[in-house]
Amino acid sequence: MADHVEISHLSKVFPTPKGPLRVVKDFNLRIRQGEFVSLIGHSGCGKSTVLSILAGLSEASAGGIVLAGRELTGPGPDRGVVFQAPNLLPWMSALENVLLGVDQVFYTASREERRQIAEYYLTVVGLGEALHQLPSELSQGMRQRVGIARAFALSPKMLLLDEPFGMLDSLTRYELQQVLLDLWNRTRLTALMVTHDVDEALFLSDRIVMMTNGPEAEVGEILHVPFARPRRRQELLEDPEYYRLREQLIEFLHVRAYTLKGQTPRGRATDGDHGPPPSTQTASPVAAAGA
Amino acid sequence: MSFLVINQVSMGFGPPEARREVLSGVDLSVEQGEIIAIVGYSGAGKSTLLHLVSGLLKPDTGSVRLDGRIIEGPGPDRGVVFQNYSLLPWMTVAENIRLAVDSVFPGWTEAQRAEQVDRHIHLVNLTPARDRRPGELSGGMRQRVSVARALAMDPQILLLDEPLGALDALTRGTLQDEISRICRASGKTVVLITNDPDEGILMADRIIPLSAGPGATLGPSFPVVLDPTRDRRALNHDPHFKELRAEVVAWLLGPGARPAVSVSRKLILPDLEPEDLEIPKPLIGGRRRPRRRSEERRETVDLNP
Repeated sequence: MADHVEISHLSKVFPTPKGPLRVVKDFNLRIRQGEFVSLIGHSGCGKSTVLSILAGLSEASAGGIVLAGRELTGPGPDRGVVFQAPNLLPWMSALENVLLGVDQVFYTASREERRQIAEYYLTVVGLGEALHQLPSELSQGMRQRVGIARAFALSPKMLLLDEPFGMLDSLTRYELQQVLLDLWNRTRLTALMVTHDVDEALFLSDRIVMMTNGPEAEVGEILHVPFARPRRRQELLEDPEYYRLREQLIEFLHVRAYTLKGQTPRGRATDGDHGPPPSTQTASPVAAAGA
Repeated sequence: MSFLVINQVSMGFGPPEARREVLSGVDLSVEQGEIIAIVGYSGAGKSTLLHLVSGLLKPDTGSVRLDGRIIEGPGPDRGVVFQNYSLLPWMTVAENIRLAVDSVFPGWTEAQRAEQVDRHIHLVNLTPARDRRPGELSGGMRQRVSVARALAMDPQILLLDEPLGALDALTRGTLQDEISRICRASGKTVVLITNDPDEGILMADRIIPLSAGPGATLGPSFPVVLDPTRDRRALNHDPHFKELRAEVVAWLLGPGARPAVSVSRKLILPDLEPEDLEIPKPLIGGRRRPRRRSEERRETVDLNP
């Protein structure tokens, strides 16, 4: 099958007072129809930049993207985006927030049909009882469910997920990963997700693209995730292969993300402005990735 | 008898006509010197449970005993570390800790108190920042001050209420290691509240899940039999770590923690092709029909929220 998404020689340069900063350099990626791909890397490696160029929210400095045979020039409803914060309109109910996009994309359908579409996706993400609640009446996890329903309801050609669960606590994150996966199993939309969570990437993806450190981040390595679908977290956690792949990812993030760029792996304690003994400055492999 | 004993505790909030049961029938025994982690969903009642021990809340029924005595209110024998640090913003690091030391040890000499303050600032590696105010510290450093303040009171038990919840993943990892090290070195009894099963496994001797509310209750105890240094890289190979992780997560996501309320619902999904918005919409009167990929799908969805 032909590639559904082709990202070719993508570069992004930001002007800074110290001169131009090349964040992404010659990024190439092809995604097949129905494939779920994750981009993983440290903060600042440009993974979100790639995603926002795909979403049309940022312009590439060089290179281009072709989605389903058409070159992308700006934002559009053919790409459904799930942001880290759901960005719902606070004066609209969950249903109205989803209908906002549905009414645009399905303007030829009847009002009744548009409502059925919005109701279907909200119910499948577990909000069947909360259709008419305002965002302020929903928990953060429930708001993010609305965000997921809103993206899927457009029947986009591609789904873009920018650290979709980064703001949630671990258990809510587990639940929502399952919700996302269930919905994805129904629709099999081509998806690209940005994350720094190793377990999340392994649970959801067919392929994980590991990025080297920025600036001038590049594709470092690609990991194929062979687990059969539909996936159950319980079975994955008991599979020895799961921990082997997990280790490979952690190893990349803590060693090769640096060495491939000619850098030295180092402790990345971010609140390093205290006077610590060496022990607090050593890298803690799971912390960056796991938690 | 165990050091901390929670016996058949229930607790609810709200007026009688709209009462919300938060905890029901909670039993827990913690031995002296033991580090336990209580893991549960946000809003399940973890903090309520902790504050029944700190004395900031009193149970509706049942009892909480520390070292044999029923807890009647807050006291310096229990040190609390809150998620939001709760430091006094106009005081320096040293002054914040000094406030606790002065209140708890009024009989000590000036030199003894100063020594107690300095020793605890050193313990959390904040000596270079001792004269800075909380506003000048990072989140991780503020939480270190909060830990030092709690330990400087020399409490019998340390209560950690999601101490690392507000920190980013990297700082969290560093502080997990550091707080575990300090807790183990102090030999104190510790109750850690967290929503992260991994954090519980990394830091505690025993991990106990709390079911989702309302009427939350504690699940089975999972003993953590791991070498106390818990090198994260090595843990990834450790079969006990993997098994424990799978068991705790399974319990929390399973019917024990979340009673399955399966609702079936018939839904209709019109299977329409999205319109291309780059093609101009037809003028009034020229309304097109939607393109259907197939006849509409009717689906019955089993909902297990």
